[in-house]
Amino acid sequence: MNYEAVIGLEVHAQLLTNSKIFCGCSVAFGGEPNTRVCPICLGMPGVLPVLNRRAVEYTIRMALAVDGQVAETSAFARKNYFYPDLPKGYQISQYDRAGEPISLYGGVEIEGEDGPRFVRLRRIHLEEEAGKSIHNEPGYDPDLSYIDYNRTGVPLMEIVSEPDIRSPREASAYLARLRQILQYIGVCDGNMEEGSLRCDANISIRKPGDPLGELVEIKNMNSMRSMERALEFEIERQAEVLDDGGRVVRQTRLWNEEARETFPMRSKEEAHDYRYFPDPDLVTVEIARTWVDDIGEDLPELPDVRMQRFVDEYGLPPDMARQLTENRTRADYFEACVGHVTGEGSGDTASQASGDARAVSNWMLSELLRVQHESRMDQATLQERIPPTHLAQLLAQIKDGKISGKIGKDVLDTMAETGQAPAEVIEEQGLVQISDTGELEGVVDGILAEHPDDVAEYRAGKTKLLGFFMGQVMRATQGKANPKLVNELLREKLAGS
Amino acid sequence: MEHLNEMAAHELAPRIKSGEVTAEEAAREVLRLIDEKDPAINAYLAVQPESVIEDARGVDRRVAAGEPTGPLAGVPIAIKDAICTKGLETTCASRILEGFVPPYDATVIARLRQADAVIVGKTNMDQFGMGSSNENSGFGICRNPLDTSRVPGGSSGGSAAALAAGTAVLALGEDTGGSIRQPAAFCGVVGLKPTYGRVSRYGIIAYGSSFDQVGPMARNVEDCAALLGVIAGHDAMDTTSSPEAVPDYTATLKQGIEGLRIGVPDEYLAEGLDATVKESVGRAIERMEALGARVERVHLPHTEYAVATYYILVTAEASSNLARYDGVKYGYRGEDGGAENNAEVGGNTGAPGTGAATQIPVEDRLEAMYGSVRSEGFGLEVKRRIMLGTYVLSSGYYDAYYDKAQRVRTLIKGDFDQAFEKVDLMVAPTTPTTAFRIGEKIDDPLQMYLQDIYTVPINLAGVPAISLPCGQDADGMPIGLQIIGPHFGEERILRAAYAFEEATRP
Repeated sequence: MNYEAVIGLEVHAQLLTNSKIFCGCSVAFGGEPNTRVCPICLGMPGVLPVLNRRAVEYTIRMALAVDGQVAETSAFARKNYFYPDLPKGYQISQYDRAGEPISLYGGVEIEGEDGPRFVRLRRIHLEEEAGKSIHNEPGYDPDLSYIDYNRTGVPLMEIVSEPDIRSPREASAYLARLRQILQYIGVCDGNMEEGSLRCDANISIRKPGDPLGELVEIKNMNSMRSMERALEFEIERQAEVLDDGGRVVRQTRLWNEEARETFPMRSKEEAHDYRYFPDPDLVTVEIARTWVDDIGEDLPELPDVRMQRFVDEYGLPPDMARQLTENRTRADYFEACVGHVTGEGSGDTASQASGDARAVSNWMLSELLRVQHESRMDQATLQERIPPTHLAQLLAQIKDGKISGKIGKDVLDTMAETGQAPAEVIEEQGLVQISDTGELEGVVDGILAEHPDDVAEYRAGKTKLLGFFMGQVMRATQGKANPKLVNELLREKLAGS
Repeated sequence: MEHLNEMAAHELAPRIKSGEVTAEEAAREVLRLIDEKDPAINAYLAVQPESVIEDARGVDRRVAAGEPTGPLAGVPIAIKDAICTKGLETTCASRILEGFVPPYDATVIARLRQADAVIVGKTNMDQFGMGSSNENSGFGICRNPLDTSRVPGGSSGGSAAALAAGTAVLALGEDTGGSIRQPAAFCGVVGLKPTYGRVSRYGIIAYGSSFDQVGPMARNVEDCAALLGVIAGHDAMDTTSSPEAVPDYTATLKQGIEGLRIGVPDEYLAEGLDATVKESVGRAIERMEALGARVERVHLPHTEYAVATYYILVTAEASSNLARYDGVKYGYRGEDGGAENNAEVGGNTGAPGTGAATQIPVEDRLEAMYGSVRSEGFGLEVKRRIMLGTYVLSSGYYDAYYDKAQRVRTLIKGDFDQAFEKVDLMVAPTTPTTAFRIGEKIDDPLQMYLQDIYTVPINLAGVPAISLPCGQDADGMPIGLQIIGPHFGEERILRAAYAFEEATRP
């Protein structure tokens, strides 16, 4: 039987504020356990939360980026449950009854299974992160439980979608889209491995056209891939239940990456009663329209807009522009690099500039990605090793005929390894292209003299041999010969008898 | 010359500033009296004599050096144990916080230190502020110094008793549903609950967050005014504190009440009010009229719902506020520090050497720890209120209880708003009876809750009110007069209270 999956995601994005949501402690990742804490985030008796304005601003930024409707007033509620990593015995959130989210509605477009799909958002709201329990970790007594409160109170933005997603692949595309936007507007680093972007899924299946099926919530999916796997598993599991004439039970399930299965965590009957009620310690947040307007004006360029600009401004094909704008750092790198290539005093015409942009783009999308892949470096490290100025310099060297494009690729490899500037690599390894006509003429003459038979064949019409002669010259010069000059010289000498 | 401990703060501070007496002398006298009298009263839970003397000497040194000192220079003040004091054990009179020494001062404490007051110690209370008799203390009941067979009231019973016994010159109380005014009435002292938001709640151990207010307690109105001036004002650490400017409460104190319109709410003089109290309050109203006030009847029609509304909302907030006392981070950890939980749940099922604890699911051991910490650490009344609050917030009951109570609270606020369109102040009894005997009501929670009938509406509305003595019953026990003002009407309340106090001074 064929079923349709109906999926909604709850995405938690850790905000890139300097301090926690309700106190002044640092949110930096890591740190010795319980060093980034104060009486407030530890929930000691008598302390009170004070809302971090920046956290609200970042949430509004996200709301504007996805066409959400920013609320005029927003309020916090308490979600009550006991756990040692939750020092107050409640989490301050805007979820569910009592809380009023910062933004409602909006949505994003993704590449769906059958063309573009618009995924509507239900709400975007703020809440605080809990701490971390430590059991059975190296360096800790296995008979004891430990708690690190460094994460407690880190601001989280929760983005809740409508159940508009129809497949695991679409879920991935949606999450990737949110991550792209979050990174573009600079409110979250989107790092799923470190947990700064997390996701829970609500999934049900039905026969097409039927009403919605019973909902299952899946937690503990720590990467895009594990989310896809978990959803695939869950669709199959629910389909089997239905095919066997059973009923899907409404419950929360945990994804286990090792076992590649979801396991029940708690059923509806066992579900916590969180006893949400408005937090009396926090006043209602009034969001002034003028503030929202100011945030909107300062909103960084969004991915779609930037992509279109790359097409218009640099004359790039849409596919290339899309790849370059896939993440903000790559797009920034591209523009920085183009800026240096066509920079001051280059006297380039518009068409030259467009050619330069195309060259930068080609190099980034083929060679830089190749080096990144081969070296297993992440994008950030590679971009640190090879800053845009260096790539620009390398391209200039090629353009000026100092080195060949082929040598350029080797230079790039070295740059990635050592972090050196291209000129330094070229100098050190003696890679400067031979563009001296006299010197090259000598080499060409020598090669032709060594291969009289081939010369004769060429002149008899087998012009394909030009490549052979090119190869010989290049080998003789360790690839440093200016290929354009060699080509000209060969043609000239082979033509004349 | 009168004893330093019996002096008013507004007389003592100038003498210390002038060098006529020293802060150390005042502190020593208070400490000596605590030694002498407190064993029979139990007003204090924690006193650190060395640091009291040290603080007092600090003030004296500054006076001697001719440096400026604050308005409460050298005045010994007692602090309700619900207020966090850096380095001084703060328990809210509950065993669950036994041994908790805050690493921070509440904002009001920081302001007292700034004003050069000398903190004497922490006073007894009903634990977490839950009670009207001080019998719910985890560290022994506090007795009324005027008759030690009677309660001092609650929850700020220790602060009121210390003032009545002369073991403090000033005190801080905290009022959620009457906890400053009722003990002030029972012990014959003055206590003011400020407008919600007038005084920072940062560092005040929360009971009902939307009700709690710290307020001044003293033996006279002028001291109350001065102390309020020190602790009031906006605090960046408490977003519910008001930015409203703080007036000089002592400056207008003596301007009289000629022409003030004073309302008497009918509902507060109805059934259940002790005849002697009613008579005494009636005479007080006549006295105010004689002082030039225009007295008229007013109505607060939703009064009958106030106690029920209050106990739904305050317990809901408390059930959440008290969730943090779980034995994980500080305070009580169970009879044997929690080790018992491992044995209890796990039995001896673990193989030798593996440690039984690792055999039992962490979640089960955790639940057992919460169970023993919270059932042993909290007192009965606290547990009762946590249960009530948990119930009213539960899914399926929220709308019928919490949500409805919030709507009734709005109506009650409306009652006050409408009344204050007609009058400048209202007067009423503080309590339906005078101080009752220890043990008299402790087994009847409903009777105990009705003690708050004239005080909780004020907290529900968030308006300010003072209680000051207006007479005595046949046993010589004091009767409290309550003067209620509109939001931020403390200045007017204090002015009326001062005029009445002056007029009735023996």
